[in-house]
Amino acid sequence: MISARGLRKSFGDFEAVKGIDVDVRRGEAFGFLGPNGAGKSSTMRMIASVSPVSSGELRILGMDPATDGPAIRGRLGVCPQEDTLDNELNVFDNLYIYGRYFGIDRATCRDRAHELLEFAQITDKAKAKVESLSGGMKRRLTIARSLINSPDLLLLDEPTTGLDPQARHVLWDQLFRLKQAGVTLVITTHYMDEAEQLCDRLVVMDKGLIAAEGSPRELIDAHSTREVAELRFGVGEHEALADKVEDLGERVEVLPDRLLVYSDHGEEVVTAVLERGLHPIATLVRRSTLEDVFLRLTGRSLAD
Amino acid sequence: MALVTGIPAPLTPVGAARLLVLRNFIVYKSAWKLFLTGFLEPVLYLFSIGIGVGQLIDGFEFHGEQVPYATFVAPAMLATSAFNGALLDSTFNVFFKLKYEKLYDQMLATPLSTGDIARGEIAWGLMRGSVYSAAFLLVMVAMGLVESWWAVLALPATVLIAFAFSAVCMALTTWMKSWQDFDKITLAQMPLFLFSATFFPVEAFGNGVLRWIVEATPLYRGVVLCRELTTGVVTWESAVSVVYLVVMGVVGLLVVRRRLDTLLLT
Repeated sequence: MISARGLRKSFGDFEAVKGIDVDVRRGEAFGFLGPNGAGKSSTMRMIASVSPVSSGELRILGMDPATDGPAIRGRLGVCPQEDTLDNELNVFDNLYIYGRYFGIDRATCRDRAHELLEFAQITDKAKAKVESLSGGMKRRLTIARSLINSPDLLLLDEPTTGLDPQARHVLWDQLFRLKQAGVTLVITTHYMDEAEQLCDRLVVMDKGLIAAEGSPRELIDAHSTREVAELRFGVGEHEALADKVEDLGERVEVLPDRLLVYSDHGEEVVTAVLERGLHPIATLVRRSTLEDVFLRLTGRSLAD
Repeated sequence: MALVTGIPAPLTPVGAARLLVLRNFIVYKSAWKLFLTGFLEPVLYLFSIGIGVGQLIDGFEFHGEQVPYATFVAPAMLATSAFNGALLDSTFNVFFKLKYEKLYDQMLATPLSTGDIARGEIAWGLMRGSVYSAAFLLVMVAMGLVESWWAVLALPATVLIAFAFSAVCMALTTWMKSWQDFDKITLAQMPLFLFSATFFPVEAFGNGVLRWIVEATPLYRGVVLCRELTTGVVTWESAVSVVYLVVMGVVGLLVVRRRLDTLLLT
């Protein structure tokens, strides 16, 4: 579906994407995980065939975006980072006219618009102004709109950023159903839980490069331990205490507000810490996540 | 979920422009009152200046023919109605769509191209201007301010005026950074409206550089073209005006497309 070789994107002197190789296969959910400014959105815009490739090779659905832009875009669904809905039109017309932009005939556009209103669970808002919708509804409408042409490939740029937890789960459920229906999904996110929930395979991006690639499970197995013990001490004590627990795990990370001890047996680490006479304010044992993978690969957390 | 069967045929440039017009039409269907203001302005000028002030003036000589004052002013207001209509959409509305609504970004996620957007928006501005002009022309006919069958061609002439101004104003709008920049448009719009031989003959500027400048401005070309057609005094100058407006429109269209490429396809 997508094949990129040595793909680069620069804006003047700034190089946002510094040569990446990516392959996305039909029917999979593929993720770009990374902090803001990692080059995810630039990559997505190139895939969406609205941003010219600076250098390298990019093929979408076997076509070259430089020459076949309209043909590629005709088979893509794009859900941009910010909702770009048509605020001058009502909800139904947003879907209808967007379908018409694809050259789809009137009757099919109307039918599709009705189906998608149902899919997005906003049928009762069909005649409402877009502005009156809640954030979650707007997001669902944007996603519904990106499906109007029954795309082969759906691009979702930060699909749940800014949504409350409940709205996120509704959205994840819908994206999961789309995946079941055979739609290829490409998702960018800086939420590791989102990447773990939705992606079959992902790349971790940092500073315009790919730091690692694999399924969420593979990445965690390869770059982290099974469990993590989080130890919270007083402010400013973490750096000094790191030495005292270093030998308890495979690796220790010092964060401003806590110590992370990586080990396959987290509870044992906590017990050992207490036995040494150290008194953390709070402790937590959890499974490793993609956040830990990211921390390991880049030395920074995703939120930075 | 029903699938869109097969891939729709690629859009033709005309088909794509029609979709943009359709989109704007849907918006204005529920806001048709906004449409009235652009039409009323030149009508009010016609009544107050053409008819009102006209009672104090005998009329002017135009290309050697004596014409009553209202008949002299009416075609200028006809050209102005096309000018106003074209300006409304190609400046404020385009700026809003470009900067705030991100409407063109949405469109570019579909098979539509920047060329389609340029042609579609200009077509819409042109149509809006033309609708105003057509209505105004009917007012002129009803009031007996049309003196020749040449006036039938005044309608395509106003389409041309609307095209030229839509294209150039949309092009200029792509350089606007904030709403304050639109003061410059207003600054240009007023003198164009007042001094394009709209209310008095161009001879009033004497025979110097000033007159030469006025004759080279676009609204003057539109006003004179309309006046020549509604009074039936068609000259070689009419052809100059037509060519002038066509070139202006085409250049504007090409610039808009280039600018949209630069702004949106980054």
